[in-house]
Amino acid sequence: MAIIREATPEEIRIRVEGRFDFSLHQEFRRAYEDDPPAERYLVDLRDTTHVDSSALGMLLLLRDHAGGDDAQIRIANCNADVRRILTISNFEQLFAIE
Amino acid sequence: MTHHRRVLIADDSDSDRALLRAMLEREGYSVTAVADGAEAVVAFDREQPDIVLLDAMMPGMDGFDAARTIKSRAGTRFVPLIFLTALSAAGDLAHCLEVGGDDFVCKPYNTVILRAKLAAFERMGAMHREVSRSRAHVEQVNAHLVREQAVAKAVYDNVIRPRSLAINNLRHHLSPLAVFNGDVLLATRHAGGGMFVFLGDFTGHGLPAAIGAMPTAEIFYGMAAKGFSLSDIVREINAKLRRILPIGIFCCGSMLEIDFRKGLIHVWHGGLPDAYVYRAADRSVTHIVSRHLPLGVLTPARFDASVQTFEVAPGDRIFMCSDGILEACDAEETMFGAARLDAVLSAGHAPADLFPAVKESVLRFLGGIAPQDDFTMLEATVVDEATLDAPVPLAGVEDDAGADEWKLAYELGGRSLRTFNPLPLLQQVLVVAPGLRQRAGELYTVLSELYSNALDHGVLGLDSALKDSPQGFGRYYALRAERLAELTDARIRFEIEHQPDDDGGELHIRVIDSGTGFPHDDWQQQRAALANERKFCGRGIPLLARLCESLHYQGSGNDVTALYRWRPGG
Repeated sequence: MAIIREATPEEIRIRVEGRFDFSLHQEFRRAYEDDPPAERYLVDLRDTTHVDSSALGMLLLLRDHAGGDDAQIRIANCNADVRRILTISNFEQLFAIE
Repeated sequence: MTHHRRVLIADDSDSDRALLRAMLEREGYSVTAVADGAEAVVAFDREQPDIVLLDAMMPGMDGFDAARTIKSRAGTRFVPLIFLTALSAAGDLAHCLEVGGDDFVCKPYNTVILRAKLAAFERMGAMHREVSRSRAHVEQVNAHLVREQAVAKAVYDNVIRPRSLAINNLRHHLSPLAVFNGDVLLATRHAGGGMFVFLGDFTGHGLPAAIGAMPTAEIFYGMAAKGFSLSDIVREINAKLRRILPIGIFCCGSMLEIDFRKGLIHVWHGGLPDAYVYRAADRSVTHIVSRHLPLGVLTPARFDASVQTFEVAPGDRIFMCSDGILEACDAEETMFGAARLDAVLSAGHAPADLFPAVKESVLRFLGGIAPQDDFTMLEATVVDEATLDAPVPLAGVEDDAGADEWKLAYELGGRSLRTFNPLPLLQQVLVVAPGLRQRAGELYTVLSELYSNALDHGVLGLDSALKDSPQGFGRYYALRAERLAELTDARIRFEIEHQPDDDGGELHIRVIDSGTGFPHDDWQQQRAALANERKFCGRGIPLLARLCESLHYQGSGNDVTALYRWRPGG
């Protein structure tokens, strides 16, 4: 399983392992879509080696589910490669990147 | 469904032949029997049997040769070929199968076994026919899809207009997979004479990625011809893509405007890797960094259409690429990366060699990996506008319908001045006069100069002398944005009138702004001195004076009337 989900009362945490790409589309979605929007989300990328544009799309879908502009989503523990891609796309305008 | 079963027997023994014939006819086969290999081949061609029973040992052409020939004549048809043999050594029996036989039966013939084998081969035959039918169907559907795709590609090309990239100051490489990986390149001159270029990288795969490029291109070409600004166009593209693309699909894009006359470029850069300005004078490199989210992500209310502005000189080159270059992988899965690209750009190449040097560097890195050229990049060179070989586009009616006697008063006030650009609207009013349509480019320039004077210098009180110092340039645009954001009480008024006369017509454009004006009394005397200015300086008066028959300032200098006269054919 490349997607690992944990939940506390305040936050849903989703961890992605390996390459975060189109092949994880269904799995990533299943991690959150059956629950109502949570107050906070954490996407933990400590074991993520690479993200591509499909991954960015999946993050946008999560944000939409979580309430769009009202969503509170943190993206944490990015390696340099992942961080570069998030920076070029200016995703810090939509997500809290740690 | 009973398949009419025809069998061919080849056996040199009369009694064996008669025995088999009797057995097979009892099973319902229609039998052709021959006595040697050569006759078997002839009979095969003539009768086209469904099954062949062949004696391995015959005089003349032996069974093995006959088997090879018959199998090749059968081609893609499944015709089981069974050897009849008295041989019993394992090696000999195996040889029967090696030469192309599908099975063997040993003499003396056992009816039960023979019947069972024939039934098994019939089942195989049925399966083979089914597979062939399916494959033929798939081929047909595939051919249909390929034809549909060709039509779709033709429509796509008519909208995207790939030939528009053939302007003489542009060089580009577009991935050959562009329609399927979502890369798009667009280029056009715009109503004011300058140039817009767009590089887009749509997410997703295949046709869905390419489809988003079509409305983008329509907006790009349509609005450029009407005189809309870069910000207007990216804002519209973002709104359209946000509306039509599913959440999670977006376009990383960069839109560049080159204002050749003023020696400026403006860039909206969202989601793509760095673009670069390569200076001809010292071969230095300025990075243009992505400041925005990709197109199609933000709602119109949250979209930021602000641009970055850079001064450029003739010979300078702007280089843009999709991430296909950075992510191009060699045989060891190492990526080309930004560091290698920076290295080529910093190697001090002559400006004309830069583009081929980058391309060659990537191709060499990839070695023999295919497809080698799955990346997209573009280079635009700053040139003298008069040398461009693409025309300024015309929007609007082509025929002689319209009106040539009219007046318009249009006043913009307060906060509307902050975000609304009235030029496309006014341009559309002007081209209502048939005589003005051929001159749309010049007229747009006149309108644009008058308006930017009224706004920047009149209402916002900016002094263009600010731009002359090295940091002053950035300071000027920062100050402009600041003052524009705070604008509340201000007005700019246009009074435009067109009258035909005996040969042609006269267009009066009066622009009044609520600013304090400028000392204009002796600008006529300064005219000679101003005529040599190449850079954008002062209120663009030399340019206006060149394009208009007369230019008249009154009031405190905040009230200007330009007279533009035109003659047919002139």
